[in-house]
Amino acid sequence: MDAKPGCIDPERQRAVAAALRGFLPARAVLFEAEDTRPYECDGLTAYRALPMVVALPETEEQVQKLLKTCHAMGVPVVARGAGTGLSGGAMPSSSGVLLSMAKFMRVTRIDPVARVAVVQPGVRNLAISDVVAPFGLYYAPDPSSQIACTIGGNVGENSGGVHCLKYGLTVHNVLALRGYTVEGEPIQFGSEALDSPGLDLLALMIGSEGMLAVAVEVTVKLLPRPQLARVVMASFADVETAGDAVAAVIAAGIIPAGLEMMDRPATRAVEQYVGAGYDLDAAAILLCEADGTPEEVEEEIARMKEVLARAGATQLRVSQNEAERLKFWSGRKAAFPAVGRISPDYYCMDGTIPRKRLGEILRFIAEMEKKYGLACPNVFHAGDGNLHPLILYDANDPDQLRRTEAFAAEVLEKCVEVGGTITGEHGVGVEKINQMCAQFSAAELAAFRALKRVFDPHELLNPGKAVPTLARCAEYRGMHVRGGVLPHAELPRF
Amino acid sequence: MSDLVAGWVERVRAAGAARSALRLRGGGTKDFYGGEPRGELLDTRAHAGIVNYEPTELVVTARCGTPLAELEAALAAQGQMLAFEPPHFGAQATVGGCIAAGLSGPRRASAGALRDYVLGVKLLDGKGDVLSFGGQVMKNVAGYDVSRLLAGSLGILGVILEVSVKVLPRPTSESTLRFELPQARAILTLNQWAATPLPISASAWRQGQLLLRLSGAEAAVRAAIERLGGDPLPDAEARKLWEGLREQTDPYFSGDTPLWRLSLPSKAASIEVEGEQLIEWGGALRWLRTSAAAGAVREAAHRAGGHATLFRAAEKSAGAFAPLPEVQRRLHRGLKTSFDPQGIFNPGRLYAEL
Repeated sequence: MDAKPGCIDPERQRAVAAALRGFLPARAVLFEAEDTRPYECDGLTAYRALPMVVALPETEEQVQKLLKTCHAMGVPVVARGAGTGLSGGAMPSSSGVLLSMAKFMRVTRIDPVARVAVVQPGVRNLAISDVVAPFGLYYAPDPSSQIACTIGGNVGENSGGVHCLKYGLTVHNVLALRGYTVEGEPIQFGSEALDSPGLDLLALMIGSEGMLAVAVEVTVKLLPRPQLARVVMASFADVETAGDAVAAVIAAGIIPAGLEMMDRPATRAVEQYVGAGYDLDAAAILLCEADGTPEEVEEEIARMKEVLARAGATQLRVSQNEAERLKFWSGRKAAFPAVGRISPDYYCMDGTIPRKRLGEILRFIAEMEKKYGLACPNVFHAGDGNLHPLILYDANDPDQLRRTEAFAAEVLEKCVEVGGTITGEHGVGVEKINQMCAQFSAAELAAFRALKRVFDPHELLNPGKAVPTLARCAEYRGMHVRGGVLPHAELPRF
Repeated sequence: MSDLVAGWVERVRAAGAARSALRLRGGGTKDFYGGEPRGELLDTRAHAGIVNYEPTELVVTARCGTPLAELEAALAAQGQMLAFEPPHFGAQATVGGCIAAGLSGPRRASAGALRDYVLGVKLLDGKGDVLSFGGQVMKNVAGYDVSRLLAGSLGILGVILEVSVKVLPRPTSESTLRFELPQARAILTLNQWAATPLPISASAWRQGQLLLRLSGAEAAVRAAIERLGGDPLPDAEARKLWEGLREQTDPYFSGDTPLWRLSLPSKAASIEVEGEQLIEWGGALRWLRTSAAAGAVREAAHRAGGHATLFRAAEKSAGAFAPLPEVQRRLHRGLKTSFDPQGIFNPGRLYAEL
């Protein structure tokens, strides 16, 4: 569905473009619809709006001037990285400037001794690990779109990945941000020291969805690359036993490097796509990874096998080499595109729950499948309770769309009810702005809005995202993936 | 809402109406830290108890007045711990004070800081509203991360009523090694070790001696000992050493000379200020006992890429914390006003103007 259809004021557009062209070359200021069309949405294609103007600055000075200019003219600014986000966090404003940070692609400095890299926000997540690999180091957070997504976008969304139970999220791996306030004043959050005086504004910035400031430089922490990783693949006769096995692994004092679950509808969907060798008779499979020194991995894999067997695993396989490890993971990583092949459309949810409520949520989802007559394969970051149920539907059937939205809404509200959250890692953006009303009270939402105004008094940075107005809380909409195709459909999504 | 919290709500509203300061305090073990406490006492200790603890969730939720020792004992009984090893600075330390002070112990450089483990906070703000931020789950990007903002806020934004933190299993094996190394070599060596996959969980250097704690799987600790050499410390001696550093009961911390805490990039060169130094966190934390002028210490820390806190001193007219740049000050004032419009909570504890 198109969100609000773009109503661009041509006079305003001319004035803003002319002002930006005062310091940006003509090629870096786009306003013809054919040029701005590629920016009308991010990875959440259901929500689109043509930006009034797209700006592609190349220098920090240009970013600063852009912010000062827009601030003076009262023009909204939406910062954008690679546009792979799944919640519409980078959806443009038809009365604003879309600030693309795509040209900020430089790795400014690598310090292998201090284990930090200073990079520009348009540097891709995986590119950081690639460039520091010769030093035996890497950047730990690994969102599934890491081949394309940028570190600036990761900062905006506090991106996770399959290894965050052990290695943390973006907030745990970023040491400093340098950028500009909405007024264009230079500001720094954090440093290469491990803490800063005063309130922890760095933590506040991370995951703020581009609503508090604009970063032009990110300092990340690098970790020594584990010498070895191996994964145990365990089959279970029912999903609740698999859920209990996850708890048993944690209870045994093991923090796996990755701990992922897929149910049978999901393994069957992906097996025909990747041929990973999954046990298709199992109701659920767990992938449980150990990494570290060879001694650590050997000790941990043995303990994992023992715990999983005791927890009722019907079959256990351990990767014997790196190729096999990657093969075991391939289906999990390709789960979204694989599901996209068996259904015209799917709706991906991102709720997080306390792990012990997994069985209850799975039963609830099974009931919802019956209630709404729609199938819903499940893939989970089981280690940290982050669910990605995928509702399969056909968008050409308006009734199926209506049922999907109702299905998703019930599941997300159930996540909140059992003590979880409506979004674990994809962000609120425009997609889940209504469900924020289910998770937070009016006073809490007012506190978020007051905080926003401390940084951005006129609400010009990414307006209308992440925090709903109370009026907005009355509305309720869903999302869907158009024709089963996401932009960047080649990327794994999980 | 319990009667106790309802009573606090009334007190906060009354204090707001009268614009009179409230001094939020648990066991008072960190009264020395930050600016001088003032205002009418609001003792948080009555709001106590572990609300929820599921070891397999790796999450514990406790009320602010819960004794920190009680929380840690409950975790230890399940083979778990607060990975950031918070200092207690006294038997009376509470969970609320621990979060508000935001201090981490010896494991910080390898396991992360207190703020990294904070998942959710229930806050009583200056308007008398009880607000919940974050939650009991590890991945949560709904709303701004106010919970982590409250870690280390020294109570200036409101009463932390309840907190949920991530916990971790205790390592199965632990050993401490001692090496003879001059300061500059020790700093470089610590950085080099940190860039390789070694199970280092703490480090300390003073007077030519480097102490290194290894924690983790038994095989990994054993392999690291073989690789690194050094003199192993007897377990009891090692435990006493790390506890003495965490709790500052070690003789280094006794005496009246002002104690400075310098937080620096881990590979920063030796600080050239007269005084006795003790280094932790792989080089990223430098304690300095000196009577040198505050300006000189802060300037040295700033030049090295970090900042200096006047941690313990009889006289703190130079301010406990390094002054903030103007834009940061403006944001701090704005945040203070948005959570505490009448400026009643712990005034002056973080900065004189807040």
